Amino acid sequence: MRSIPADAVIKAVEDMCIHANRYLPQDVRDCLERSSASETSPAAREVFRQIRENYELAEKSGLPLCQDCGLAVLLVDVGDDVHVEGMNLREAINEGVRRGYDKGLLRKSACDPFTRVNTKDNTPAIIHFDMVPGDKIHIRFMAKGGGSENMSRVTMLTPAQGWPGIRNFVLNLVAEAGPNPCPPTIIGIGIGGTFDYAPVLAKKALLRKLGDVNPDPRLDAMEKELLADINRLGIGPMGLGGVTTSLDVKIAVAPCHIASLPLAVNIQCHSARHEEVIL
Amino acid sequence: MARYNLRCPLSDEDARMLRAGDVVFLSGTIYTARDAAHKRLCDMLDRGDPLPFDCKGAVIYYVGPTPAPEGQAVGAAGPTTSYRMDSYAPRLYSLGCKASIGKGKRSEAVRQSLEEYGGVYFGATGGAGALLSMCIEAAKVIAFDDLGPEAVRELTVRNFPVLVINDAHGGNFYVTPDRKAAGLE
Repeated sequence: MRSIPADAVIKAVEDMCIHANRYLPQDVRDCLERSSASETSPAAREVFRQIRENYELAEKSGLPLCQDCGLAVLLVDVGDDVHVEGMNLREAINEGVRRGYDKGLLRKSACDPFTRVNTKDNTPAIIHFDMVPGDKIHIRFMAKGGGSENMSRVTMLTPAQGWPGIRNFVLNLVAEAGPNPCPPTIIGIGIGGTFDYAPVLAKKALLRKLGDVNPDPRLDAMEKELLADINRLGIGPMGLGGVTTSLDVKIAVAPCHIASLPLAVNIQCHSARHEEVIL
Repeated sequence: MARYNLRCPLSDEDARMLRAGDVVFLSGTIYTARDAAHKRLCDMLDRGDPLPFDCKGAVIYYVGPTPAPEGQAVGAAGPTTSYRMDSYAPRLYSLGCKASIGKGKRSEAVRQSLEEYGGVYFGATGGAGALLSMCIEAAKVIAFDDLGPEAVRELTVRNFPVLVINDAHGGNFYVTPDRKAAGLE
């Protein structure tokens, strides 16, 4: 069995926390640029201008892109033939988050749900583990902001509601959220599984590259249809009106109970900060 | 839609002059407060204690900045979503606050209080925290230091760019989603 020192995990997570909060991924930048060109109103164009100036400044200055550096969300695929030496993997990941948010001068946003007292180091991170074949550890990090997370929803539709029910729920949710989740947004949709699993699917869906093609042609068509309909709502960047309410729609599915049609919609703001590493 | 350069605290006349859609560059003194600070401010009012800042003409910025790097007043400092402060905001407007800065929709009660007390609600660009911090020249914690990013700070701003979303005359700059066009009706 392959062995990885815990320090390597800690350092990798620390680096991802800092870098992801300062550097907007290229696919997000490209998508913002394409969308910006299609806006005509001065207010919408000004939002895109500020977004561009902001990511350029963050990269140059080392300031975080957004004051909301998010809860640290990590999706971790652990190979069957790999072992972390010196520390439990969950503890190592949390230590990396602790160091990254401290050294990177990132905002610590984790708090007790009742007393609201801040844990002061942005831990515990939200970690979803999966076991996979191989001897590698694949860690995907997202800095997930509260504003867009607050507008996200999970619902249990009936099988009879089907695709029209899914479509209505998503469109109503995006319409209701309006300017709140910092549009232009990315819409992650999880369909199937159970009440708890659908949102994990939605979150995983958000990690796909913008503008990519869903390998399932049926889902790809649904993503394109929904994106076009969402953008017909006219909410636009920051809710000021325009043709870009969302940059992309990403759907992930899993088999579900014969009685259920679980649906989770996870909204991501335009500052889609995520990064990955394979150890 | 007009463009203005205004001094903070804001005068009654300035606040009433503004219309939804106006672009405003704010300079002067403003105060930060978000969820936890608003709760404490209202608890202070309940007890009859004085607030840590003068409400008259005050502009309240819904923000929790990142830690300041060396040589800067604050780190990234963009707006947070405003509706979470809706249950507190009318009380502060009633005491003379003239404006709040945030992002996202306000409740009917907040919009009514703007009309009643002659206040405005400004939107700043969400997710532009690094850029907006360049307009903040000084920052000083004046209350609730234990709240960390949620502490109340006195900020000195220069040409801080905002857009009037809701004015004192019932105006609203946010678009109503076109449900019909999206095939919802």
